[in-house]
Amino acid sequence: MVTALATPDAAITRPSVEAVTGVAGAVADPELPTLTIADLGILRAVRIADDGHIDVDLTPTYSGCPAVEVIEHDVRHALVGAGWADVTVRRVMAPAWTTDWVTAEGRRKLAEIGIAPPGPACQAAAGSDADGTAAARAATGAGDSTPPASQPVAFVRCPQCGSRDTELLSRFSSTACKALRRCRSCLEPFDHFKPL
Amino acid sequence: MSEPLLDTAVARYCLALGDDALVLSHRLCEWAANSPVIEEDVALMNIALDLIGQARSFLSYAGEREGAGRTEDDLAYLRSERDFCNVQLVEMANGDFATTMTRQLLFSAYQYELYERLSSSADTQIAAISAKAFKEVTYHRDHAATWVVRLGDGTEESHRRMVVALNAVWPYAGELFDPLGSDPSLGGLVEQHVACDPVSLHEPWSAYVTSVLAQATLEVTTTTWTPAGGRGGLHTEGFGYLLAEMQHLHRSFPEATW
Repeated sequence: MVTALATPDAAITRPSVEAVTGVAGAVADPELPTLTIADLGILRAVRIADDGHIDVDLTPTYSGCPAVEVIEHDVRHALVGAGWADVTVRRVMAPAWTTDWVTAEGRRKLAEIGIAPPGPACQAAAGSDADGTAAARAATGAGDSTPPASQPVAFVRCPQCGSRDTELLSRFSSTACKALRRCRSCLEPFDHFKPL
Repeated sequence: MSEPLLDTAVARYCLALGDDALVLSHRLCEWAANSPVIEEDVALMNIALDLIGQARSFLSYAGEREGAGRTEDDLAYLRSERDFCNVQLVEMANGDFATTMTRQLLFSAYQYELYERLSSSADTQIAAISAKAFKEVTYHRDHAATWVVRLGDGTEESHRRMVVALNAVWPYAGELFDPLGSDPSLGGLVEQHVACDPVSLHEPWSAYVTSVLAQATLEVTTTTWTPAGGRGGLHTEGFGYLLAEMQHLHRSFPEATW
């Protein structure tokens, strides 16, 4: 113990990338606290310099995501709590975050808390999610006429009953990353983590 | 272009991109708790949030390239009306829901084409912000298109309101496609592949908007008159009131935090 403190040996004082990644990645997302930032694919990189300085790269989900600052603070706090005080948390914009980075574990947890996980993001680019919304139809009493912009390209399964027969209520829901849908079988509304 | 001149031009360009997003975001926020249905309250606030995120990125970068130590907050809250270079389209009063959605369609369709091009800007920061924003704007554009079709091809009353809205909003879209060269400090950015020439966005924008309007059974019948001057700091009367509301807290309590 005394010798370790007396001789500053890099091999002893430098944490491993795996250890830092484990602690940083376990930080909970403030808006979906059962998911970690590793689950969401927000933690992009961890680098450790020869002098033990830790650089952590995070990427925002959406440009205006209000959770970004909280997450940066929580990551710093977690690393300091683990005994690593020499930390820089950076926000990187490129490459842009995509829901394809949400891990299998992340998708499982989303479904578990009643949020339909995102489909592949390439489908979002091809046609977003553009069935005419039920809210828009209801507002003008226009019934179930042909949707305007583009046809839905994939079904979204109801996280409650598993039915594929669901409809889009609104492209935007409780947070920017979710859309609001309704199941036509069990009639429950649910959030859909929309592909981006 | 010399290094300081390039910094000034990039700062100026990003300021305009940021101001467009910032001002429209503020206008959309005026719908909070006033939308026709609660889903729409949520949707418009989410769009506003995306726009404020884009504005923060562009204004921060503008401040960085300007090199005078101004932050995103300094630029948003401490400039006066004549220093804002947003187009007049985004400062238009919300009007009724038909007007707001028409404005949103015309602007989101423009941002869609713009950000797609800027995703490959020679300036890596502009490219990164744009690539991210492009994905967000795809949803904004879809949302606005859905409503424009639904209202235009809806009831007699909703159609009548869409006709009024389109006639009122349409002329303001012209300014989006003014060439950058009209501001001499920006001219060189297109050749350097930093900026994209707004004139080149008009054709794809027009093709998309026209197809949505056709589905909405709407036609553009207005004259070719188009307002101008927003990029150069000339704004409509309502803009002063908007800025007063947006800036008063920060100006009254400069050190306020929460």
